[in-house]
This record gives sequence, C-alpha cells and structure tokens, in this order.
Amino acid sequence: MKYAYYPGCSLRGTGRAYEESLLAAFRLLDVEVEEIDDWNCCGATTYMSVDELTSYALASRNLALAERDHSEIIAPCAACYLVLNKTQHYIRDYPDIKLVVNRALDTIGLKYRDKVKVRHPLDVLLNDVGPEAIAAKVKVPLNGLKIAPYYGCQIVRPYSTFDDQGDPTSMERLLEACGAKTVRYPLKTTCCGGSQKGTLPEVGLDLIHYLLSEAQKNGAEVITTVCPLCQFNLESFQKEAGERHRQTAVPVLYFSQLLALALGAPADTIGLQRGFVPIRPVFAKKEIAYA
Amino acid sequence: MELKRTIKFEADRDPEFVRWISHTVGGERIRHCLQCGLCSGKCPLSLYMDYTPRRLMHLSREGFKEEVLGSSSIWLCTACYACMVHCPKSINVTHLLYALKQRAIEEKRYPRRFAIPVMARQFSDMVRGSGRITESWLIVKVFLRTSIWRLFGMSGLGLKLLRTGRMPLKRERVQRRAEIEKLLDSVAATRKELAI
Repeated sequence: MKYAYYPGCSLRGTGRAYEESLLAAFRLLDVEVEEIDDWNCCGATTYMSVDELTSYALASRNLALAERDHSEIIAPCAACYLVLNKTQHYIRDYPDIKLVVNRALDTIGLKYRDKVKVRHPLDVLLNDVGPEAIAAKVKVPLNGLKIAPYYGCQIVRPYSTFDDQGDPTSMERLLEACGAKTVRYPLKTTCCGGSQKGTLPEVGLDLIHYLLSEAQKNGAEVITTVCPLCQFNLESFQKEAGERHRQTAVPVLYFSQLLALALGAPADTIGLQRGFVPIRPVFAKKEIAYA
Repeated sequence: MELKRTIKFEADRDPEFVRWISHTVGGERIRHCLQCGLCSGKCPLSLYMDYTPRRLMHLSREGFKEEVLGSSSIWLCTACYACMVHCPKSINVTHLLYALKQRAIEEKRYPRRFAIPVMARQFSDMVRGSGRITESWLIVKVFLRTSIWRLFGMSGLGLKLLRTGRMPLKRERVQRRAEIEKLLDSVAATRKELAI
C-alpha cells in the first residue's frame, strides 16, 4: 500500500532533517509514500487561537486531496498530526462545522468523505513494518547508545490512537530494535512550551531546562523527538536556558535520524550536519560505525 | 494606599458570558465541573498562572468575565491537552482556553505589542497569502511588530539556521493559491449567514 505523505511547513524549514531522515528510513524499509498534491498549511496551534472554524476548513482541504488516491495519510509533524485528527473528530461531532467545511470545499471542487485515516510514522513503523523486520535490516547497530525518548504533547494527546497518553513506549521499541538503550524519562510527555520561547521567554526557558536537565541527570547521551518544535526548542535554546539555571549539553535528534542511520543511510543524507549540539563525538565514543 | 474589595458580588457576574461559554464548541460540559483540580495539577504552566485552570473553569461558568478575560492563564496555555485527557468529567478544558483566547483577542484585552495576538494575526495573513508558512519570515514579521531589539538578539540563531540550511530564503507557497482564498472567503460567508 502506498501512503499519502503530508510533510507540513516545518519539515521544509527548521525541521528539514526530520523529512530527510524519515524518507530515507522509509526507502530502506520499502514503505512507499506519495506527497499530497499541492498541500497547504494545516493551521497549526496558532490559527486555532484566532479563528477555529477556518482552521478546520484549511485542514480539510488536505484531507480531501489525500482521499482522492489514498486511504491513509502519514503526518510526521506533531501539530499537523493533531490538527488533522482533531478536524476529523469535530467534523463528525458538530453538524455546523461539517456544513461550513463542506460548503468551503465545494467552492474549490473538492469533497471530504471521511474515508482517510491519519497516522503517525511511529505508528506505521511499529505496527505496519514491525520491530522484528526493522531489527533484521539493521546494518549499523546503535551499540547501547543511551536515549531519552521525548514525545511532547500533541502526538499522544488528546487522541490516543496508537500509544498510551501518559507513558507511550513506541519510540523505545523502535530504537531498541536498532540496538539503542532507553533511559527512564518521566517527563516524556510534558510540554516543551511550544512557541512560548518566542512569546513569554522566561516561562519557555524554564520548561526547556527541566526537560534537558532531567534527561542528562538520567544518563541520556541523546534526546530523541518526534516534533519539529520540540526539537528546535530543546536544541536552540539550550545555552540560554542553561544561563538561567545550569548548563547542559545534550544533542537532540529526530528519532528517524537514528533509525535511518542504523539502517545504513549515510550521515550527510539524514541531516546530522544540521544539528547545533555535535552528535558525532557521541557516536565515536560508542564506536558506532555509521556510513 | 489602594484599597480593593476582596470578595466578589453577585452583581459582578455577566449572564451573557455564562451563556456564551456554555454554548461554545467544546464548552457544553463546563457545568459538570467537579472542581477536583486534576486539570491544574496536570498543567505544566499552572504554577505561573494567576488563576489555575480549575479556578478559571469555575469563574467562567459563574460569569466573572472581567477576571477570566484579564487572566494571564489564557496566554500561558500551550494547548498540550494534559488537562483535557485527565478530566474525569470529560470537559474539553483546552478547547475552552482556546475559546477564551479568541474572545480576549476579539475584545483586544492584552498589553500593547503583546506577541501572541500579533503572531496569530501574522500567521493567518501568511496562510491567506501563500497557503503555507515560511517560519523564518513569520518570526521576523512578528518581532518587527513587537520588539525589534529582540530580533537583533536572535541574529546569532538566525545565522546558525542559515548555515545549516534550516532557514530557506525561498518562500514556501501553494501552487493553486486561489483555492485558499476561495476556501477562506467561503468560511467567512457561511459564518455570517448562519451567525456562528
């Protein structure tokens, strides 16, 4: 089966490494994807705060476009994943919203039939591909690299479709199949502050610091994320957050970068050069012989 | 010495606000709130708030509009949904916070040059114009309208993003942009017609 692929805006900007590594991993695992034709912004969390009704119409254009040729959409970005899911729920639950969305889509010749399922790459990799199949294809074992798996909020909440809302484990199972070890990380679904670093910086920096220092304290050599904004916050403001509290130096990668690396993708094709906290010394220490 | 009454009066309540909050999408169950406080306990931001989510639920359904719309909590909520998934009465707390934020923006109840409403406005304008968001442009536009000095403070980060190829100078756009405009105009028209 070929999945529809919805990258979203961040994966073309600050989150480029997420797209590069995820698509590389999909190729190596024979997961076929096709980008949704002329997709638009989902509206993210920001649009909802000015005009919720409009944000459902925006998201539904992507759903309707995907439905024409596909039965499942892969949405890697946490915000996109949530918004697409939420839109489906609200169209089902509220007749007024359904009416607004249907009329709007009608003006551009599209129709939404509620036939498409929105899925996260973690879900697809774990349940459609499977950890055993992944383990069988590992070329570069991660040699017990110690990982703090950080999920953030919007993958598991509010709609728990494939994992537990308070203590998800899908990332652990995938990365352990690649030879990594995961450390205890009780803050794994605690919010990183989202765009608050930009709007209310003191608060944002506090939240960022708690996440970083907890990972470091528990012995993590790297934090893995599933969200472009989490990755950006934890990595870019590490020094600034450290100045308010205590300095940390933990590399923050997308889970897909480690997965693709383990499957044998060359380091420069999966965005490792795009990180701000150097990861290569960590790989060297663990004697991970990546391509 | 400024003296203020510390007890709220029945007369301070706004019945229109009560009607509005309990009929807004997601607000239908607010009257079922038990005041158990799980929302506040689960909220990662409640320790910065003047009114915690639990208090906000109660103040809202009782109609204390001034306190609610003037509260810092509206702007602190990051929509992480922790409150909502733990609510034993299935109250859509996160959605209610969204509704309050929208109302506060409509009524312009925020400090001058406050970044959150500016960001929301710039974001929706960019979606109308391009159909997609180019993050770097969005951030520049927001800081130009809020605090230019912070934009200079961020130039180091900007350079790093540029050097690592994470800040494309080319703007992301939808090809069929007319579709986006039609979509947005249609929503506005239906909303007016049905008064929702």
